[in-house]
Amino acid sequence: MTRLLALLLGRLPIGWMQLSHNRTRMAAALAGVAFANILVFVQLGILGALNGSTIAPYALFRADIMLSSSDANTLTDGSNIARVRGFEALGVPGVARSTPLYIGNIEWQRDDGSTATLQAFGIDPARASVITPPIDESIPALQLEDTVLIDNATRGLEPGDLAGIDGGTAYRFEANGRTLSAIGTLSMGGGFSADGTLMTSDQTFFRLFGSRSASAANHILIDAEEGVDTSVVVERLRNALPDTVRVMTLEDAAQADLLYQTTERPTGIIFGFGVVIGILVGIVIVYQILSTDVADHLREYATFKAMGYGQPFFLGIVFEEAIILAILGFLPGIGISALIYVGLSGATGLPVELDLATSSAVFFGTLLACAISGAIATRRLANADPADLF
Amino acid sequence: MVEAAPIQVTGLNHWFGSGDTRKQAIWDVGLQIERGSLTILMGASGSGKTTLLTLIGCLREVQDGSVRLLGHELNGTTEAVSVALRRRIGFIFQAHNLHNSLNATENVLMGLQVNGTGNAGQQRKAARHSLSLFGLGDRLDYLPANLSGGQKQRVAVARALAPNPEVVFADEPTAALDKDSGRIVVETLKALGKQRGTTTVMVTHDNRVLELADRIITLEDGRIVDDKTPV
Repeated sequence: MTRLLALLLGRLPIGWMQLSHNRTRMAAALAGVAFANILVFVQLGILGALNGSTIAPYALFRADIMLSSSDANTLTDGSNIARVRGFEALGVPGVARSTPLYIGNIEWQRDDGSTATLQAFGIDPARASVITPPIDESIPALQLEDTVLIDNATRGLEPGDLAGIDGGTAYRFEANGRTLSAIGTLSMGGGFSADGTLMTSDQTFFRLFGSRSASAANHILIDAEEGVDTSVVVERLRNALPDTVRVMTLEDAAQADLLYQTTERPTGIIFGFGVVIGILVGIVIVYQILSTDVADHLREYATFKAMGYGQPFFLGIVFEEAIILAILGFLPGIGISALIYVGLSGATGLPVELDLATSSAVFFGTLLACAISGAIATRRLANADPADLF
Repeated sequence: MVEAAPIQVTGLNHWFGSGDTRKQAIWDVGLQIERGSLTILMGASGSGKTTLLTLIGCLREVQDGSVRLLGHELNGTTEAVSVALRRRIGFIFQAHNLHNSLNATENVLMGLQVNGTGNAGQQRKAARHSLSLFGLGDRLDYLPANLSGGQKQRVAVARALAPNPEVVFADEPTAALDKDSGRIVVETLKALGKQRGTTTVMVTHDNRVLELADRIITLEDGRIVDDKTPV
């Protein structure tokens, strides 16, 4: 390691040698950096799960535009939208089809006494084209009363619970006082507000939710005519429909939902704040280590100053230490975080996944945090006065 | 053509503190030290010899008067000039001030690397050679913690002399050494003066090495009170 660094730096790697000389302190420093990394990783993991579970339902649909009530910040929040807006939309040039979408949560009372919340999506089975493949193939079969597609990644499902469906045997279960037959599956997994997903026909949906009526949908999915610019259609719809209707492309609606979840909802803010706290903890820990190290070596640094070493050399030592701590602290940090992710994902069913983008962001964030700590610690170098050596 | 003295001091005054606690430590000192000479500064504790050494050694800002070191005026000089000048100087401190994470060879290497002359292999070879000259050929890879006080001081001397400095400033370099080791160090400094023209200014109370000096300057209360050449 010393030789490699000497080769890279073109000088003795003083920073590394100082760190490795005091192994106890180095171990404490690395544990500190790793701890900060774990804090950030866990917060980001949960935030990522929140984001993933927010975006995932939108991927069930392949419409171009979504009409919602102007106060609907998410798929399930806000007021319903009158189905008639969909009919009005059909009068707008460029609009090919409109499909009302009904959403509600039902409680699935399991045989073992436990309950699971399923987020049910109801659509007209004749409009299978608004559902993404391969789920769309199963949609026409939902015309049969009380048939549903069930989420095979629903939290709490045992492996093999739904095995019969593939063989043509419906999986029967009770929810909201009705016996439902799951004739197919989709794969979504649990989120923060539901344990799984259910896809039904609009008619089955109304039977499950007696208080809901066809005239009040949660959203209306719009397909633009082929070859027509979606943004133009969006603009036309905004002009044609009253201000109480929010018109967005499906993609923009998903992003707006995500933004709302992370910046307006307490959950997103708390986990976002947790990331900031993790970074600050990391900066403080590394600063303490580097600052103490500079203080412990002031006499040696003063000697080097007397020998003709300039300020860049000393800054180089401190930053060398900072970068080494960042790299060596990151490795156990990401390793332990990966294990925590597996545990969290298994325990909650949330999509807590370690991806390259997050790992890279945390790594470069760690480097930056350590560099900031190093920059603050270098202020102590001013105390290294060679005249004090005599 | 007469060669300019490497150290020329004129009307040098220096104060410590400010306001009511301001105290003058150096009073109108003037001296000129010739190239290749071995000059010893003597005086009681607090006489100003160390302050004078740091002023002419470019380690302390000159407040009043003139100090010319290796042709450069230090009064009002820039940090960049100071740094460049220090690379032409060797310092030997009373406390060895070795870096405790570096072994003997690496400590000497620090003295060589600052000048950047030669490649890594040549610098390492020079460092080892320098240590061998001071009897440390079998302690090349020892950390300071594993060296005796005298050995550490010899490493510090090797570190100062390995880069072939033009001027050496030494503060009690023999204090931690036995009689023979101390004499070897001062004789080496003396020999460097003759062979390479290295100028040495040394603060010492060690009477055992006074006879090797070309000049002995005595300070008292910040003033030069005696300046003589030993017979």
